[in-house]
Amino acid sequence: MAGGTQTTTDYIQHHLQNWVYGRHPDGTWGFAHSSQEAAEMGFWAIHVDSMAWSIGLGLVFCWLFRKAASKATAGVPGGFQNAIEYIVEFVGGTVKDSFHGHSKLVGPLALTVFVWVFLMNLMDLIPVDLIPYAAQKFGQYALGMDPHHVYFKIVPTTDVNIPAGMALGVFALMIFYGFKVKGPGYVKDFILHPFNHWAFIPVNLFMEVVGLLAKPFSLALRLFGNMFAGEMIFILIATMYSAGLILGIFGGFLQLGWAIFHILIITLQAFIFMVLTIVYLSMSHEDH
Amino acid sequence: MNINLTLFGQMIAFAVFVAFCMKYVWPAITSIMEERADKIADGLDAADRAMRDLEIAQNKASDQLKEAKQEAAALLEQANKRANQIIEEAKDQARTEGDRLKQSAQAEIEQEVNRAREELRAKVATLALAGAEKILEASIDENANRELVDKLAAQL
Repeated sequence: MAGGTQTTTDYIQHHLQNWVYGRHPDGTWGFAHSSQEAAEMGFWAIHVDSMAWSIGLGLVFCWLFRKAASKATAGVPGGFQNAIEYIVEFVGGTVKDSFHGHSKLVGPLALTVFVWVFLMNLMDLIPVDLIPYAAQKFGQYALGMDPHHVYFKIVPTTDVNIPAGMALGVFALMIFYGFKVKGPGYVKDFILHPFNHWAFIPVNLFMEVVGLLAKPFSLALRLFGNMFAGEMIFILIATMYSAGLILGIFGGFLQLGWAIFHILIITLQAFIFMVLTIVYLSMSHEDH
Repeated sequence: MNINLTLFGQMIAFAVFVAFCMKYVWPAITSIMEERADKIADGLDAADRAMRDLEIAQNKASDQLKEAKQEAAALLEQANKRANQIIEEAKDQARTEGDRLKQSAQAEIEQEVNRAREELRAKVATLALAGAEKILEASIDENANRELVDKLAAQL
């Protein structure tokens, strides 16, 4: 656990702080040693742990699926190939159901979103203290750092930058395909819709832009909110371990129950992110 | 929640992974799945065709069997008929042959009888003459008694 000298608030705050590398207010670049320092860096900072886990899990996805793709045969598939093909077929079926148009991008995009988000969410099921605690010990003994300055969050999707980055990517694709499919007529969607009269152009513009911007926001915040809340509950349950034996054992059962329930949530959130990505892209492919 | 450079880092990583998936993962796996689907469809088609062929062959075989049975029955019937006919013919032939033999035998017998009678007649005449010659011991005029003797012989 997090050590006896910490208060519960400290413990929770420590758990919610990323490992940050960025520009200090004095202009030098380096790691933040506290939440305050991290906050002072503002925009010019990067969450090293989020990025490392996110890219690492993305590489796991690429490696797994590339391995299946390169070894795949049209004959009788083995267990591994079968599993990968099952996922691909599931994603392909969802794309076929929701996306009405022809695109070489949407299938691979949906697959990447689904598997990658799922893997990132899956990190939530690793006991909440395990890897941060190991990182703390590693930082303390191997790198000679103050253990209280070692911050390590392992669930990238509880960092709002990660879902927001993906949502922005999807948003860029929505705009791109909107113009590609509809040409300059895409603008008409914003100024002459839903009220097809020149006098309503400002009203239309306001409503449509709000509607457009709501899409990436809802996409990012839904995933972030769910994963952050889930992580928070894991952390809160974990604070029970320092409150005596009976509460500790009770907390252990709570942790187990929440983890089992969380299996559903992480899969569902990955699925929802994928489906919304497909639906949004389908909408920008549709001609009115 | 603080937005910072991580956002763009994630966007770049996202773009790279999607591009990788689009280039090296998705087409390879989907094409192989389609290939397998085609293969399975072909296999099922072939199985259907084979079943149909089998059914046709079975029908053909049973038809041929039936035909062969009918033919065999017809042949058997014909053979029986022919055998009966042959037997009847043989019987008829045997009967006519028998009749013919009987007739010729009877004719022969009759002929023999007639011949024997003639011989006997000739011999009786001669014997009667000789007897008469002996009885009379005299040389009675043969010519005078000839008529008498012939009359006697004819009565035999």
